[in-house]
Amino acid sequence: MRVKTYLKSITLFLFLLTFMSYGQEGHTEEQLLEGTKTDKEAEIKEYILHHLKDSYDFGLYSYTTDQEETKHIGFPLPVILWDNGLKVFLSSKFHHGEEVAEVGGNYYKVYHSKIYKVDGRNGEINEDEHHHATNEKPLDFSITKNVVLIFTVFAILFFMFNRMAKAYKNNNGLPKGIGRILEPIVLYVRDEIAIPNIGEKHYKKYMSYLLTVFFFVWVVNLFGLTPIGMNVTNNIAVTLCLALITYIITTFSGNKNYWKHIFWMPGVPVPMKIILAPIELLGTFIKPFALMIRLYANITAGHIVLMSIIGMMFIFNNWIGSSLSFVLAFVLAILELLVAVLQAYIFTVLSALYFGMAVEEHHDEAH
Amino acid sequence: MEELFGGFSLGLFIWQAILFIALVLLLKKFAWKPILDSVNDREEGIKNALDAAEKAKLEMQNLQADNQKLLQEARAERETMLKEARDMKSKMIEDAKDEAKTAAGKLIEQAQAAIETEKKAAIAELKSQVASLSIEIAEKVMREELSNKDKQVKLVESMLGEAKLN
Repeated sequence: MRVKTYLKSITLFLFLLTFMSYGQEGHTEEQLLEGTKTDKEAEIKEYILHHLKDSYDFGLYSYTTDQEETKHIGFPLPVILWDNGLKVFLSSKFHHGEEVAEVGGNYYKVYHSKIYKVDGRNGEINEDEHHHATNEKPLDFSITKNVVLIFTVFAILFFMFNRMAKAYKNNNGLPKGIGRILEPIVLYVRDEIAIPNIGEKHYKKYMSYLLTVFFFVWVVNLFGLTPIGMNVTNNIAVTLCLALITYIITTFSGNKNYWKHIFWMPGVPVPMKIILAPIELLGTFIKPFALMIRLYANITAGHIVLMSIIGMMFIFNNWIGSSLSFVLAFVLAILELLVAVLQAYIFTVLSALYFGMAVEEHHDEAH
Repeated sequence: MEELFGGFSLGLFIWQAILFIALVLLLKKFAWKPILDSVNDREEGIKNALDAAEKAKLEMQNLQADNQKLLQEARAERETMLKEARDMKSKMIEDAKDEAKTAAGKLIEQAQAAIETEKKAAIAELKSQVASLSIEIAEKVMREELSNKDKQVKLVESMLGEAKLN
């Protein structure tokens, strides 16, 4: 009963945060009411695309003053570049991408959320016929907004689960406080995800990864719905990293039976074995690739749809259309909360399934 | 596809890789291992307790079965004992009866034998007494008879007559 109350209040809290977030975004767009409809559409589209991208400073929101001047509220983050030596400076030097930053004699400019090297203070980005910048790109290890969130989630997860673990020690092996909510989830991952897919014998060594990836993706997805509006999982780099780890673990834990099923499928005629081998081998790459795309696409699509519907409120600009959009956005936001955990679940289940395939023991012609 | 990987950022990838792997390792040491261990311990404890309870229940059942068996055995023993006693009783009565019968038979036999001997003795005595009596009587008669001459002659004559007839 208490757990239920906890969960309810957390859900409500996150849900309210979601709306606060879009409330703030709405504030920005109030300025658009004056413009024409197409202007607004273009601006909303640009805003959504901008929102989906990583950024070098931690912007909470921005607005335009009466003097047609855009003010950004937020704080700068460190930019770390490797360009013939380490270059570290604060992103405030870019003035939100409007100016060229000069560091140690080099000039850098932000173009489409990426840092490029330019020739001088008034250096321009050169584009080829496909509108791709041809300027040199320094190696970029900046602490971007998304990296900040990854750090935050890192800290939250570590703090939360470390506390939970300590509570067990001080409480005769019983969960306390937040552990009471988290324990059923941890046990769910173990009993419903790891054991059925990997098997009683091998599941233990994968538990750390499965639990971490589940909670990481979930919490990161939830943060994507908060007013700070960071979307870590809609970066292909993040999902690629997670999928790659799954792939590496699968490949390294593959036993004889696993490789035999890939290169020399038992129980089929020899010509089929030869045809199946490249397909199966390709399959081992496609599986983590699908894992990567699935998480990325679901989160990105969710954000685009949700923000488009919120944007529609300003395009309709009347009581009926706007309130309908509001109701739709309301429903979708709830759906997104579900998607946040669903995607974490799917990623974990599929990872567990792949590990299970890799460690499956040989059983005679059972397939 | 190009749009997809155009957004790829190596920096973010590296940060994510470092932080995520560090998170997995840290959580493994400081969270997952202790948590899963305690949960396992607890589950084991519960399982053991349940097993013990089950065992105790079984033992109880065994005990009860034993009791039942003992009771039944006791009952059976009592039954046999009673039966034995009954048998013994009837046998004893039977034996006593037989013994009595033989003893009685023997007594009767003895009695009969005694009676026989007595009878024989009595008869013998009777015979001798009859003989002596007859002799006495004969004496007396003779005396009587021979006291008178006539009578003596008559007697001789009769006797002679009888002898003639013979």
